Amino acid sequence: MEFSHSKETNSDFIKLDGVKKSYGHIDALKGVSFVLKKGDFLSVFGPNGAGKSTLLKILSAQTRPTKGKVYFNGIDLGKQPDEFRKTFGVISHLPFLYENLSAYDNLKFYAKIYGVQDIEVKVETILNKVELTGRKNDYVRGYSRGMLQRLSIARALIHDPDIILLDEPYTGLDQHASFILTNILKEQFKNNKTIIMVTHNLSRGFDLASKVAIMKKGELALFEEKERLPEAEFEDIYISTLEN
Amino acid sequence: MKKYFKTIYYIFEKDIMLEMKSKEVINSMLIFSLLTVIVFSFIFEPGAEYKIDLVGGILWMAIVFAGILGLNKSMMSEINGGNLNALLLAPVDKSAIFFGKVLSNFTFLIFMEFVTIPIFTVFYNVNIFKYTLLSISVFILGTYGFSVLGTLFSIISVKSRTREVMLPILLLPLMIPVILAAIQSINIFIKGDEISDAFRWIKLIVSFDLVFTFVVYAIFDYIVEE
Amino acid sequence: MKIEKLIDYIAFVLIIIALYFAFIFAPVEKVMGVVQKIFYFHVASAWIAFFAFFVTFICSIFLLATNKYIFDDIASSSAEIGIVFCSIVLITGPIWAKPIWGTWWTWDPRLTTTLILWFIYVGYLMLRKFLDEDDKKAKFSAAVGIIGFIDVPIVFLSIRWWRTIHPNVLQKGGGGLHPDMLTSLIVSVIAFTFLYLMLMNKNLKIKNLERNIFTVENK
Repeated sequence: MEFSHSKETNSDFIKLDGVKKSYGHIDALKGVSFVLKKGDFLSVFGPNGAGKSTLLKILSAQTRPTKGKVYFNGIDLGKQPDEFRKTFGVISHLPFLYENLSAYDNLKFYAKIYGVQDIEVKVETILNKVELTGRKNDYVRGYSRGMLQRLSIARALIHDPDIILLDEPYTGLDQHASFILTNILKEQFKNNKTIIMVTHNLSRGFDLASKVAIMKKGELALFEEKERLPEAEFEDIYISTLEN
Repeated sequence: MKKYFKTIYYIFEKDIMLEMKSKEVINSMLIFSLLTVIVFSFIFEPGAEYKIDLVGGILWMAIVFAGILGLNKSMMSEINGGNLNALLLAPVDKSAIFFGKVLSNFTFLIFMEFVTIPIFTVFYNVNIFKYTLLSISVFILGTYGFSVLGTLFSIISVKSRTREVMLPILLLPLMIPVILAAIQSINIFIKGDEISDAFRWIKLIVSFDLVFTFVVYAIFDYIVEE
Repeated sequence: MKIEKLIDYIAFVLIIIALYFAFIFAPVEKVMGVVQKIFYFHVASAWIAFFAFFVTFICSIFLLATNKYIFDDIASSSAEIGIVFCSIVLITGPIWAKPIWGTWWTWDPRLTTTLILWFIYVGYLMLRKFLDEDDKKAKFSAAVGIIGFIDVPIVFLSIRWWRTIHPNVLQKGGGGLHPDMLTSLIVSVIAFTFLYLMLMNKNLKIKNLERNIFTVENK
């Protein structure tokens, strides 16, 4: 499936319709609905156990909702998860890399798995972007945490995904790595990619986003365009939303 | 279909590359299997006649226990760093990932046997290759059956709190038909007994392989889905 | 609620009737003597064990197909009950075998398969103890529940072939069963089946309570 860029940007790109997910008697999500347009950057905030990670798992077709549906471009995600998986790039706090392979071999392997064309060129380009070209043949196990995170970003973007899902990407990043990540996210946002980021970092998340969501106990407590929220008071809004 | 086999191949290619660089799986398996072969030889008086009844069992015990060690090690590389999660996120068949791992583990095990068996035959002074093709097929078929269930249960056991401990506990009772059949047929080859009995055992291993290849293929997607 | 109580009473009454049939109604076996009485409980336990593992098998499939945790509760409850009865089989078997065959244990195909069965499901229950996430616990143990059950006939076949190659010295005693003995056996099997249903009910209730407590604790 191709998501053509020429499609009118006003249509609903991602749509969640009453998504519920329960594990046993625990309801991780209790009916979440929202709509994102193509090119939106959604930052999701909330305390631990609010259902943020479950939301990402559902969006990336790792798990199926117990109730409700997810649509991408009007098509039900549950119908053809594999076709959609091609368009996702997931960055998590786990690196998703093989310690005993070089950076280059790691990226090449994942590029093959994703069916990427012109692998060599793509790998070189992305390595350049995360500033790891000089160390591409070193074993990943010798990498510093920051380098590992940069490579992990490269890994997630190797197949040029239309939708980027991030789970606490700034956790444990050093200055340089977060600078690179921020730049890449800004660039992707400018290229009309749709980005959904779960984070604890209020100021950074708010700064990058075009839409903001706050989750609480498996429900969406707030979902708003960023422009409608005053930046200076966002922390107060966050706290008062959670208290209600 | 072509894509399915391509995925299997990519996983296999990556595992071989990993193993060429670290040699963790093969080395630990090899040393362990050779040690087992040597330690077990203290059961006998040197040159005892009755050893001929037991050596087939010793060889397979060495293979099985070294194999369990290797399967755990091999799966750890997928768990460390969350690679298995990443692969399950990829737009490929989940069972293709699984059979890729089976193929890699199978290759590692066969390589281990390839080194262990000649040394074993020297130490115990027995010929297990009186019927060369039949012997080879017993090793290949038995190792494949072991790899299929072993790979599945290594995924399961590395996710448990006790990690390595769970794999032998789950795998050994289930593998009894294959272990029994392999030992019995190797004993037949060593002693030069009625060869048609060995066919029956080989057929048993083949059915085991087929049944569990199909069963795991059918349920794997559902097991790993979150 | 009503049915649960009813099953409790039926199981209680049936067990007493089964005891009467086994010890008073059924004649004493001429050759083996009173020790043969254990046969009624041994066979009934074996039946329950196999039935219980079959239930685990079916519910494991349903769990994977539907993702409904009730099937995990039934499957794991059934495996727990199965292990209890499987243990009874493995204990009563040797008690009977010692005076009759002159040995506690023999590698008879049925006996050996039961032992392997015991190990498979002990592994199943151990795995559940060592998995923390409910979801993984349900799905991974379902895999063991399915593969374990399919493996049983193959294990049995392999052990039978193994034993026929090394001829079995111990011959099974006794030919046909006295009709009264058969009646007693059937009564015993029915009584044990109700015992199984009763235990299953209690077990499901406990699991339900456990989940509720877990939910409350994590609120």
